[in-house]
Amino acid sequence: MTTAAITVEGLRKRYGDVRAVDGVSFTVERGEFYGILGPNGAGKTTTLEITEGLRRPDEGEVRLLGESPFPRNPALLRRIGVQLQASAFFEKLSAREQIHTFASLYGVSAERADAMLETVGLTEKAGTREDRLSGGQAQRLSIACALVHDPELVFLDEPTTGLDPQARRNLWDLLRAINDEGRTVVLTTHSMDEAESLCDRVAVMDRGRVLRVGAPADLISELGAASLEDVFLQLTGREYRQ
Amino acid sequence: MNTKAFTSLSKAMALGMLRDRTAVFFILLFPLMFLLLFGALFKNESTPRVEIVQIGRVEVLDSLPREAREALDDVLNVRKSDDRERALEEVRAGDVDAVVWQDGDRVRMRYSAADPTRAGNARVVVDSLVQQANIAATGQPPAYELSAGQVEDESLKAIQFFTPGLLGWAVAMSAVVGSALTLVNWRRKRILRRLWLAPVGAGSVVAARIGVNVTLALVQTLVFVGVASIPFYGLELTGHWWLSLPLIVCGTLAFMSIGLVVGARTKTEEAANGVAQLVILPMAFLSGAFFPLDSAPTWVRTVSEVLPLKHLNEAMQDVLSRGQGWDAALPVMGGLLLFAAVMTAIAARLFRWDDA
Ligand SMILES: Nc1ncnc2c1ncn2[C@@H]1O[C@H](COP(=O)(O)OP(=O)(O)O)[C@@H](O)[C@H]1O
Ligand SMILES: [Mg+2]
Repeated sequence: MTTAAITVEGLRKRYGDVRAVDGVSFTVERGEFYGILGPNGAGKTTTLEITEGLRRPDEGEVRLLGESPFPRNPALLRRIGVQLQASAFFEKLSAREQIHTFASLYGVSAERADAMLETVGLTEKAGTREDRLSGGQAQRLSIACALVHDPELVFLDEPTTGLDPQARRNLWDLLRAINDEGRTVVLTTHSMDEAESLCDRVAVMDRGRVLRVGAPADLISELGAASLEDVFLQLTGREYRQ
Repeated sequence: MNTKAFTSLSKAMALGMLRDRTAVFFILLFPLMFLLLFGALFKNESTPRVEIVQIGRVEVLDSLPREAREALDDVLNVRKSDDRERALEEVRAGDVDAVVWQDGDRVRMRYSAADPTRAGNARVVVDSLVQQANIAATGQPPAYELSAGQVEDESLKAIQFFTPGLLGWAVAMSAVVGSALTLVNWRRKRILRRLWLAPVGAGSVVAARIGVNVTLALVQTLVFVGVASIPFYGLELTGHWWLSLPLIVCGTLAFMSIGLVVGARTKTEEAANGVAQLVILPMAFLSGAFFPLDSAPTWVRTVSEVLPLKHLNEAMQDVLSRGQGWDAALPVMGGLLLFAAVMTAIAARLFRWDDA
């Protein structure tokens, strides 16, 4: 394996006067667990969506598994799994119906879909409607939907935001397991302990730029900080964000 | 097109809609209730039978041969009475249309001007009887003979009018609301984005939505026609009634394209539903879905020319109750498809992937 899982070069994206992404470059190796860390409005989602091929950058280049996501590339889409920030579910369908629908979009069998539901511990909730799942269950379901076609590369946008501590820890175990199976995982988060506990490397982002990249432990020692949280505050300042 | 994706997306959309009780009620049951109600209320409204009261002997009526009498029964209802004063009172109250009695050689008739149409009908009917009797009295064969058969409009029973009208309205609602709400909901919940990231073509997604709506519209058509055909309502279908099915399919596409324009620019389901109703209800009125446009002002009829529902409605009446065929249906089907193409192109220009 010579090519990296992801290479991103000089991404820029403006919305009117807002420079949502302002010259972002990074590389993710195959099998790596990579975190994009930053406060609200830092440009994490925009960066991730450009990388996935959902949005075109104003400038810059993206390579996923050696290929360009633009124009839309169905062969490449089969190899990546995406969980969008908001849980994208079909209205009024049960957990099982959701994942079966996604499975059939990828030509995956119903058995495999049910097995995926089992993996994320939702077999008991299979008949529950999407709007009656708890926050943690909904997140697990959307991760299951992102993984149903066995992708090599997985994108997760703030998968644990809004969950209680138990649900968060459960989800961390699930994400580690996904990564241990050999998949490359990229996740965004604004939670330090999450990045510290899960990620091989993190890119700290603010105001559309990447401020630092490195393994959490390296960043902490490099900056002489006590924890990743201190690294984060040192890098991004303390004023309130949107 | 990817059949598996098409099937599962169709299923997801159909289930999502059928499980939404409010939508099922307003889009599917509500128009059907109107049909049941209107059909019952206006059941006898259509052929305005003239009701007259006959006082004593009236030669022109009593000496009619039996066949002539039976034919007359379709338009004239004669009741006999001896009490002229009471009969006149009934005319004044509008309970009957006229009183007729004979005075020597004179046939006398009194009617009320309260309802000029019915009074006119009563006059015409009685007058023609008198003329016929006069001709018969000469002992000569009549010099001219009118050979008349009813064509359509005036004889359309109320149910023949309400069925296509209310069906068109129902299909317009399910198609406009259906496509607008799906578009808004899928954008808001980011399913559009999610589908973009799945290896399915836009064709499968669009075909699934069209498939669901067209199926629904055809079911609505069969239910409406079925209900209206039960003897109580008495809809009579003419030979080419099945042409209503391709007409409804084209109409559904036209209405769905309106829904796409609505859905392209509204951000919430509530807003989309509101805007959709603001389009549908005036369109239904202006298209003559609820009552005929014959007596509407010219500007209304001009406006109605650009409304797909108006053309669908007329063509549906033509094939359902007026015995017309491809000649009536084809141009309308073409027009509806053209309308759908133009509106879809507009929707594509207005389309947005995200709310922001
Ligand atoms: N579609 C959009 N239109 C306009 N501005 C946007 C849009 N998406 C994001 N932004 C702006 O770009 C900046 C970065 O947003 P985002 O990438 O969502 O940040 P994060 O995910 O880190 O919270 C913010 O200031 C946000 O308001
Ligand atoms: Mg975000």
